[in-house]
Amino acid sequence: MTDKTGGAKVALEEVRFSYGEMRMHFDLSVPAAQIAAIIGPSGSGKSTLLNLIAGFETPQSGTIHIGHMNVTRTPPAERPVSMVFQENNLFAHLDVEANIALGRSPKLKLTAADRAAVESAIARVGLAGKEKRKPQALSGGEKQRVAIARALVRNRPVLLLDEAFASLGPALRIQMLDLIKALHAETAMTVLMVTHHPEDALHLDAALIFLENGVVAASGSASDLLSDKGPEALKRYMGTTA
Amino acid sequence: MIATGTRTFHFEPKMVAGAIALAFLMLLAGGALFSLGFEASRDTNAAFAGFDAYLWRVARFTLWQALLSTVLSVGLALPVARALHAHQHFMGRAFVFRLFALPLALPALVAVLGITSIYGRNGLIAHASQSLGFGFIPDIYGISGILLAHVFFNLPLAVRFMLVGLDSIPADYWKLSAQLGMGGGTRFRLIEWPAIARNLPGIMGLIFMLCVTSFTIVLTLGGGPRATTLEVAIYQALAFDFDIGRAVALTLTQLTLTLAILSLFRLTGRPTEEGFSLAVTTRRYEKFGAGERLVNTAIILLALFFVALPLAGTVVSGLAADLGRLMSERVVWRAISTSLVLGATAAFVSVLLSLALVAGREAVAANRKAGIKRSLVGIGSLFERALDTGASLILVVPPIIIGAGWFILLRHFGDPFGFAPWMVISVNAAMAMPFAVQILRPTWDTASARHNRLCAQLGITGWTRLRVVDWPVLRRPLGVAFAFAMALSLGDLGTIALFGSDAVQTLPYLLLQRMGSYRTLDAAGLALILGVLSLGLMMLADRGSKRAEPAESMR
Amino acid sequence: MIPVKFLAFAAVALLGLAAPAAAKDTLTIYTYESFTAEWGPGPKVKENFEKQCDCTIEWVAATDGVALLNRLKLEGQSTKADIVLGLDTNLVTEARQSGLFAPHGIDTSDINVPGGFEDDIFVPYDYGYFAVVYNSEKLANPPTSMKELVEGDASQKIVIEDPRTSTPGLGLLLWVKAIYGDNAAGAWDKLRHRVLTVAPGWAEAYGLFLRGEAPMVLSYTTSPAFHIIVDKEDLYKAAAFAEGQYLQIELAGTTVNGTKNPLAAKFLTFMTGPGFQDVIPETNWMFPAGKTSKPLNPAFDTLVKPTKILMLQPDDIAKNRKAWIDEWLAAMSK
Repeated sequence: MTDKTGGAKVALEEVRFSYGEMRMHFDLSVPAAQIAAIIGPSGSGKSTLLNLIAGFETPQSGTIHIGHMNVTRTPPAERPVSMVFQENNLFAHLDVEANIALGRSPKLKLTAADRAAVESAIARVGLAGKEKRKPQALSGGEKQRVAIARALVRNRPVLLLDEAFASLGPALRIQMLDLIKALHAETAMTVLMVTHHPEDALHLDAALIFLENGVVAASGSASDLLSDKGPEALKRYMGTTA
Repeated sequence: MIATGTRTFHFEPKMVAGAIALAFLMLLAGGALFSLGFEASRDTNAAFAGFDAYLWRVARFTLWQALLSTVLSVGLALPVARALHAHQHFMGRAFVFRLFALPLALPALVAVLGITSIYGRNGLIAHASQSLGFGFIPDIYGISGILLAHVFFNLPLAVRFMLVGLDSIPADYWKLSAQLGMGGGTRFRLIEWPAIARNLPGIMGLIFMLCVTSFTIVLTLGGGPRATTLEVAIYQALAFDFDIGRAVALTLTQLTLTLAILSLFRLTGRPTEEGFSLAVTTRRYEKFGAGERLVNTAIILLALFFVALPLAGTVVSGLAADLGRLMSERVVWRAISTSLVLGATAAFVSVLLSLALVAGREAVAANRKAGIKRSLVGIGSLFERALDTGASLILVVPPIIIGAGWFILLRHFGDPFGFAPWMVISVNAAMAMPFAVQILRPTWDTASARHNRLCAQLGITGWTRLRVVDWPVLRRPLGVAFAFAMALSLGDLGTIALFGSDAVQTLPYLLLQRMGSYRTLDAAGLALILGVLSLGLMMLADRGSKRAEPAESMR
Repeated sequence: MIPVKFLAFAAVALLGLAAPAAAKDTLTIYTYESFTAEWGPGPKVKENFEKQCDCTIEWVAATDGVALLNRLKLEGQSTKADIVLGLDTNLVTEARQSGLFAPHGIDTSDINVPGGFEDDIFVPYDYGYFAVVYNSEKLANPPTSMKELVEGDASQKIVIEDPRTSTPGLGLLLWVKAIYGDNAAGAWDKLRHRVLTVAPGWAEAYGLFLRGEAPMVLSYTTSPAFHIIVDKEDLYKAAAFAEGQYLQIELAGTTVNGTKNPLAAKFLTFMTGPGFQDVIPETNWMFPAGKTSKPLNPAFDTLVKPTKILMLQPDDIAKNRKAWIDEWLAAMSK
């Protein structure tokens, strides 16, 4: 069950977008199979960046490439990405199995292969035995596991996590990060995650992208950027400068 | 700290307010029925004729046409609400919304004539088909006409209420739908339907009750006495046969039957598990294909034409009237100001009582959820239910019954005509409450769930809470509810017709008077004035409340 | 603070609505609302009577004649009404049985209605005939008899009123009964196919007719007079029926309470003379029952004159009304 999808490169070139007063300008590239953590103060454009990649927002100018495909105008469903939100990932009236199966067929018409994929995904995120539960009978962490399982069955090379673990406790968060790490090792997908915890990036040994005022203020390996030699703006954000 | 250990029933002022609002409704309807019942029991020859074949037929027809009208209104409203929600931004969307509030404000007779001006034997469609060489003449007299008119009245209402449900869907769901590439059908089944279904029993109940009590529409467009509702029989018993006992018995029958159907709705439309976050946004993230876009546009245009054409018919015939002369008549101005004052007062009372009802229900429900003593659960949930549906039952108590009952009662306390304005206000306020409650409740419940704990912790209570916390959130729905209630009162005729003293001459009263003395053109002009007033009211409500809308949608 | 100000304003406005009673001698008259409307007979009648009596007339209006009687019954002996004006022949028996009315005791020699009407309690003030009114442009060959109406071309529709909720509706029911007697049900069964719809009241029916929904409507022989005099329009005509037209007489009477008010008898006498009767034709659109000071507008001469006058006995009506309505319901509901 190791569909080694392999990641895809995500590249934004001269992408301009404005949201109300806020003007954003993104120019960045995340190599295939890389894990990148996006951090920055609130309102710096983190979620918007993911929305642009996922196709929920359309840039005013510039291009977005995923792999070799120009997706600037591609509808969300046709983009090779999956996204997990902080909440509302699950439909309250559908059980775990159905919520995951949606990733294979939005109409819930499943082939035998689909069923097998769903079953395996449930096992991989550690939810075996809870297939028939409704979301209300799940803990916060379990709900997010379901969402990740759905991303798995979708088999897309890019996974976007929009503060997906923000409402979980520290231990649970680490568990989820470990899950991501393991899945990443298995599938080699490209992961972009928005987080308020820079240490997540360290934990995942990820690249770090630091946004400020709608532009990429710094990027590089997490261990470099978060060290004493890191840029001033990042230190201000971290609260490590006096 | 929030109390968690021993749980006791907290009597809050909110519950008392809710109880007062409920008591007002019960007193209004119960007092009238009691007074009439008492009067009937004194009358020795009030031999109440049993439930004969005629009444069986009437009762069957009443329920059948109301059910059919409800299903049609709601069924047709679904695609319209979906299409309107899918397209959040297009030219004239706000106008469509205001227009959709208008039919409710029209007296039934005006609406009937508006509908015949389009679908009648001498209407637009008949003329168009003839000039195109087809011999087709629509025949709406019969059940089709009744359904047409009821859908005209209730489809816009259903659309507006459904949109409230759709608005409560979290934005993440739309993103998810876009990403998973859900088609229209799947999106409907998985996202939209569960949201709408939560409010559906309420919407259906409201429309059902409006159709059950239909009188003018059923008789005028029904084509013959086969189309007779219980309301007609009640009117006949009270106004024509002067058989008070029978009128009361029929009213109770109507109440019982309605209650039975309402509980049926509740069973079928069981609220789905709530799993929505409170973040409300009206952004949609899907990129609709050309096909879906086209279908949605067609649906919106169809609905718009369906609602707007009869209204346009009213406008056209209204413009043929000598508006200049009408507007120079003192009686017309007096009727306008009487209507406005009565309508505004009724709307104010209605919104205030509705708010009390909504707040009371929420307080009781919150108490129940907190887990109170077992013995009190029964009472609490009964009270909650009474605050919930009990209130709307006022719609199926005919105004003529309320009027006559109170007329008999008030006679002992002075000149009943002196009370006429107060009766009109009370009845109109009561009749508008079910609508106001539907408008206020979602916002109130959401806001309470969001703020209750915070306010408890910060010690923000009473007036301060209302001013600082609730008012900014409630301002918009309050404005809409006020406008709705006032428009409803503006178009009301039932109550005034009974008290019918010259002391209270409202616009619809004047309209019917002119119509009843050959002044059809004047009546058409007055209908136009009435429509313009209502539309103006809706625009004012929109504008007034928009200013207060918090700019929290910015991220 | 807006709500408080608003409430104060509303309260003032509401108090203003209930007009205070005048200090002068008052005569309280209950009537139907189209009588007191400002284009109805009420204002002129009030002016003319008040000129000669140094008193005030206070009108209290109900929706129609039936509502009028019901209100009186609801109020019983404690009614404020001195005079009730606006009952018709169909309601006479019921009104008499209520025991709320007293003999008028006035000279009614000026009253002259077709077929004559003598009663110790009720005094006629105007009358009219029910008639099928048609649009002469759309209906080239109007029915000339009830038989033709009943059996004629079913594609030419008529709007009628409901006898359960309106006076003209009951009028047509009695008209058919007067012509067909026990065969009325059979006639209704045929007429049913020509009936476009059964409106709850005259206003709804006439509204549909004027909008061209049907070429015929049940109304009065005097209806065309309104269109000629006010609208300057002679499109609308009443059809004269060979079997005759059904007569409606409108009546007024003094209540038991009213006998204590000397103005009541004075008003009834005034009612039979020109001060009242001159006003009636072109405001109430009915024929005056008493003496007028000048001939009627020539438009009234162009109206159809009934070949025969039909009217059932008030007692029979009171006794059979329910059964006849049931018969109508059964025939029309097939």
